[in-house]
Amino acid sequence: MIRFANVSKKYNDGFQALKNIDLELESGKIHAIIGPSGCGKSTTMKLVNRLIKPTSGTVFINNDDISKIDPVQLRRKIGYVIQNIGLFPHMTIADNVAAVPRLLKWDEQKTQTKVNELLSMVHLDPSIYRDRKPRELSGGQQQRVGVIRALAAEPEIILMDEPFSALDPISREQLQNELVNVQEELKKTIVFVTHDMDEAIKIADNIVLMKDGEVIQVGSPDFILRHPANDFVKDFIGKDRLREQQEIPTVKEVMTDNPATAYPERGLAAALKLMEQRRVDSLIIVDQRRKLLGYTPILNVLGHYQDETKTLGDVMLPFTYTVEPDIPFTVALEYMSQHNLPYVPVVTGEQRFVGIITRGSMVRLMAEVFPIEEIFPNGEVV
Amino acid sequence: MTFLKEVWTYIKDNLDMILIYTGQHLLMVLFGVAAALIVGTLLGILCNRYPKVAPIILSVANIIQIIPSLALLALLMLYFGLGFYTVVVALFLYSLLPIIRNTYVGLQQVDRSITEAGHGIGMTYFQLLTKVQLPLAMPFIMAGLRIAAVIAVGVATLAPFVGGDGLGREIFSGINSRNDIRIYVGAIPASILAIIADLSLGTIERRLKI
Repeated sequence: MIRFANVSKKYNDGFQALKNIDLELESGKIHAIIGPSGCGKSTTMKLVNRLIKPTSGTVFINNDDISKIDPVQLRRKIGYVIQNIGLFPHMTIADNVAAVPRLLKWDEQKTQTKVNELLSMVHLDPSIYRDRKPRELSGGQQQRVGVIRALAAEPEIILMDEPFSALDPISREQLQNELVNVQEELKKTIVFVTHDMDEAIKIADNIVLMKDGEVIQVGSPDFILRHPANDFVKDFIGKDRLREQQEIPTVKEVMTDNPATAYPERGLAAALKLMEQRRVDSLIIVDQRRKLLGYTPILNVLGHYQDETKTLGDVMLPFTYTVEPDIPFTVALEYMSQHNLPYVPVVTGEQRFVGIITRGSMVRLMAEVFPIEEIFPNGEVV
Repeated sequence: MTFLKEVWTYIKDNLDMILIYTGQHLLMVLFGVAAALIVGTLLGILCNRYPKVAPIILSVANIIQIIPSLALLALLMLYFGLGFYTVVVALFLYSLLPIIRNTYVGLQQVDRSITEAGHGIGMTYFQLLTKVQLPLAMPFIMAGLRIAAVIAVGVATLAPFVGGDGLGREIFSGINSRNDIRIYVGAIPASILAIIADLSLGTIERRLKI
């Protein structure tokens, strides 16, 4: 666990980079420190490996005051990945990865095994890449090496300073995914500085939002999206993302709960009359306990209309797809568009019929989410 | 044609002496430049480590470079007397500037992100210097060494003025006896030495480039 206790940092030029930071970063999690430029996020991170000394306050790692630990020894136990990758250009990939184990005077055999293992982990075949120089690799591959160099000496804590922001979007996406995968296995305490909210939401277990040297809000990505602490957080997250995150309504909230239903014993003439009354082209067939049996489209009713002995039960068709009331509405929509259904019945356990989702339900919902005033501010409805 | 023939006969007749002169010449250059390489690299490292002293060190080295070589030799003679070491000291002083400057520039051009990474993964200042910064600055340092060596071979021909030896002896004898053949016999090996130094150090410099 990393703990900042009342930490302030004032640079020599008088710039107050951090103001009384109190923060606890739990072990085994990815913590994204995020905020606009100059908010103190990098400064906060660099306090951990003593690249920056606080003006006042204390930083603890597992309750040890780090100002009492030799900075060189401290840094060898903390992985460090920087934005500009910073591989040593005159060393081979293997030597770059082996840098920290060698500083720690690991047994050479053990170092080499570790290097090969790590290269394989990030899908760089050791037999091909070991002896290459960094400049022979693409930017994405170089930063993979940068990440595994930080992992090589098996540190508990890894600091990453905007590690993927200089990469092209495809490599960035891949590296983010790989980081999440690697983390699932290794469970390191990762302090990840970024200015990209999408990145933070994607990889972090915990987000620390900073502004002007202060911590504004701390919480899981989900918590921050659902409960932004103030307007700054809302702005920083962005309207679009908040809207996305607005709770998706459940099927129950959107469904039509009084569609035209009929018992299977009803005759076809009566059924036709009911359809006419309710202005629908099919009836949902349920039994007395409202168990869903099937449906009859108007064409089936008309097709057997001459036969007075037939009832709805004889001409009805079964439903192939049903949905439950507590699933998100979008899942029902997905079904409808996949199977090209005009509507889908909603049933609870034991096939009890409670309502239907139609295309009309979707239109109504859209009207609620995007109120007309927003699109036509002057009320001009064309 | 007859002239070349005369030069050739002279060389054949005096080969031993010419070889001795060349050896002496080379020795002075080696001593002077090697001392400058050690001291100059250290001063260059100092310039990089303490930006405040960099302008002082570089200006002093610049001023030394500006003093005409003959005057410098004369001045040094006042303190060190006549002989081999006076020349070596002069060559040392002349070689300092290119080596200090190139070491300094070489260390400065090491990408900040690389030094930051080295620092961040827990290298001490000394480890960072020897494992990262100096290897990366090596092509620059070699370029400085190359310039210094070529200058030194030239300056060393002035050695006889302060009682030194080397190929300058042949040139001065030629001047004194108005014998142009002897001047050539001194000048040509000196030029060849300069060219060899330039080419061989140039090759090493290219090899060291990453």
